[in-house]
Amino acid sequence: LSAAAEIPKEDGRPQWDNKFQYLLSCIGFAVGLGNVWRFPYLCQIHGGGAFLIPYFIALLFEGIPLLHLELALGQCLRKGSIGAWNTISPYLGGIGVGSWVVSILVSLYYNTVLTWVMWYFINSFQEPLPWSVCPLNENRTGFNEECYESTAVNYFWYRKTLNITPDIAESGTLQWWLILCLATCWAIVYLCTIRGIETTGKAIYVTAIFPYLVLTIFLIQGLTLPGATEGLIYLFTPNLNTLKNPRVWLDAATQIFFSLSLAFGGLIAFASYNPTKNDCEKDAVTVAIVNSMTSLYASIPVFSVLGFKATTAYWDCLDRNIISIINEFDLPEESIMRQNYTSWISFLNSSYPEKISVLKLKSCDLQEFLDQSVSGTGLAFIVFTQAIILMPGSQAWAILFFIMLFSLGLSSMFGNIEGVFTPLLELQIIPKSAPKELLSGIICLISFLIALCFTLGSGSYWIDIFDRYAASVPLLVIAFFEVIGVMYIYKIKRFSKDVEWMTGRKLSIYWQITWRFMSPLLLLIVFLAFVTLQMQKPPSYTAWNPKYEGFPMKEEKVYPPWVQAICVLLAALPCVCVPLVALFHLVKQKRRSKDPSFVLPEVFSCQGANS
Amino acid sequence: YAWDANEEYLFKAMMAFAMRRYSSKSTTQISNVLLCNVTDRVSFWFVVTDSSKNVTTVPGSEVEAAIRMNRNRINSAFLLSDKTLQFLKITSTISPPVEPSTPVWLIVFGVVLCLIVAGIVFLIFSGIQKHKKKNKEATERENLEEKVEVTLENGIPCEALDLKTGRINGVFAADDERFTSL
Repeated sequence: LSAAAEIPKEDGRPQWDNKFQYLLSCIGFAVGLGNVWRFPYLCQIHGGGAFLIPYFIALLFEGIPLLHLELALGQCLRKGSIGAWNTISPYLGGIGVGSWVVSILVSLYYNTVLTWVMWYFINSFQEPLPWSVCPLNENRTGFNEECYESTAVNYFWYRKTLNITPDIAESGTLQWWLILCLATCWAIVYLCTIRGIETTGKAIYVTAIFPYLVLTIFLIQGLTLPGATEGLIYLFTPNLNTLKNPRVWLDAATQIFFSLSLAFGGLIAFASYNPTKNDCEKDAVTVAIVNSMTSLYASIPVFSVLGFKATTAYWDCLDRNIISIINEFDLPEESIMRQNYTSWISFLNSSYPEKISVLKLKSCDLQEFLDQSVSGTGLAFIVFTQAIILMPGSQAWAILFFIMLFSLGLSSMFGNIEGVFTPLLELQIIPKSAPKELLSGIICLISFLIALCFTLGSGSYWIDIFDRYAASVPLLVIAFFEVIGVMYIYKIKRFSKDVEWMTGRKLSIYWQITWRFMSPLLLLIVFLAFVTLQMQKPPSYTAWNPKYEGFPMKEEKVYPPWVQAICVLLAALPCVCVPLVALFHLVKQKRRSKDPSFVLPEVFSCQGANS
Repeated sequence: YAWDANEEYLFKAMMAFAMRRYSSKSTTQISNVLLCNVTDRVSFWFVVTDSSKNVTTVPGSEVEAAIRMNRNRINSAFLLSDKTLQFLKITSTISPPVEPSTPVWLIVFGVVLCLIVAGIVFLIFSGIQKHKKKNKEATERENLEEKVEVTLENGIPCEALDLKTGRINGVFAADDERFTSL
């Protein structure tokens, strides 16, 4: 692993067909499900338009510099994450190994989310949509009890899709329909990544561009729906008071960081297939800006649809009240309309208060319906599916929506798999004569077998755990070490010379300041704040328990100790790779230094090898 | 449409029709159905009398059963549904949702899976073919190189030796005679 291997110009490394493919792959990797279901939620709960201020500050001082760093690193060293960090210094090889482990963990659970999307997709071809009606109970006298007490949409998600158990300790059985969909998803991933970037480069044209088309269609449709404007106003009305809450700044920083898919090693892998004389600075800025613009663009149709749903729920509430009033007072049909409801109610309250109180009317408040904010899988599979039922031509909308989610997730999966695939290819796990298809096949097969755990009854609880612990803290740690490693061990002077050689211009002061001070500082603060917040309360989860008294509210439960141990393991495993590998090399060095024939590794330089 | 006396007449006719079908005796007339307490809401009470038995009312359970049997026809006569035409105390049975013999999602799933497997097989085969072609090319190139090396090693270009007619060695064929003279 000595750096004496000078990289020849013709090293037989696969290349991107064109620059556009590379940019699309990076954009596709960065733009994922989080842009659709996390950013709008954050905008909503953190004061609407005001959230954009901390968001763009974080983008400027944390997102773009780190992105540029990773792309420049991969492009210069022309290796995947493990190889690249080993080349910089064997002591830093642990960073690459940590990235690789995180990529594996995330690939496992991310594809299961895509499995759920696929399940909903193939169920969207029915008329009526299966999540719009409750099934009947055994003796056909009424609806299924669990479905009746919650909603049909909730029932379809928790019972028909997940078949969820009431507790994480109860594993339940493997759900065969989910296994079929999981196999299909991994087959699709294998089909697209079968030869590395040769095949993903072709697939990315579809999976990266298609979501934008669908978002535009949803935008046009969403804006024509009644109540869309209420939703949009609610979303974008800035409430500058929220900026005083440090939680908002933390959420902005973490959102930018996770949204750009930094520290996975996938970006390094993508950039390593570039020719070295490529303007990585412009690429980084382009990818970051497109990612943020996509988040904004996606939040418009999402909030139009949510506004539509809230308005429809509000109207339903009003209509139910109106029917009961008309029935009670025997008033002619259409005497009370939604518009004059409030005046009628005040009139009736003053004249016949006892009759009104008997009716037990629910108070209908549009704000209350708009306030029901959800993020994550709840947004896509519960709230949005409910809104789609209300739209005319719901099958088409459902199909479009789920294909869009699938493409978004698939293009992110390409980056994850590339982060696993490229280092393995370079470590030459399989002999060189064996085809690449074999390695990608092995990766997909093993991942499929391990991911079968997520198709158990308690699978979605485990996915939440993976999402919260494996894909959050380790990434922050790895990114922090990345910046420190490049700036202070590889040394900023060498790196700026390399970047100048690659881009052809001098490194501006903005990069110097952010790389050296602002980004590591921000990462440290975010990491500490994140960990402190997590430690404040014992880790808990909400379980779907039909036997709970407060059903259909979810039951708040605490993780049992063995699950907590697994959480800690997941978070610690990638982080611990960094010091472990450094220690391993230290020991090796001590042993080697006793050997007189030991030769010091040569100093590696990006431009020196390629000039 | 507005509710007027004609609609009331239709309603009475439908009730008579329902009673006739249920009890299969054709004695119930429209005049047997009496409406009372008609409100603006369009809600009212009604009774069905039995003219054969001295103007007594038919028991409510019989009327209920008759209406249940013919609910569909009554609804369509008024272009209404179970929700918009309510008979208090008669809850409608919910029709079970239509379920096709094979769940639709399995069919879609089968289609998707077939496409993907076809794609994978195609890509693997094209990969194997490319591999074979590359190997063939590599071996051909190797053979060519050997030939070149051999010819170079000998110092004499082989193409010269490739002539069918052969070469005349100038030392031994000084004159034009090829054969020794007797």
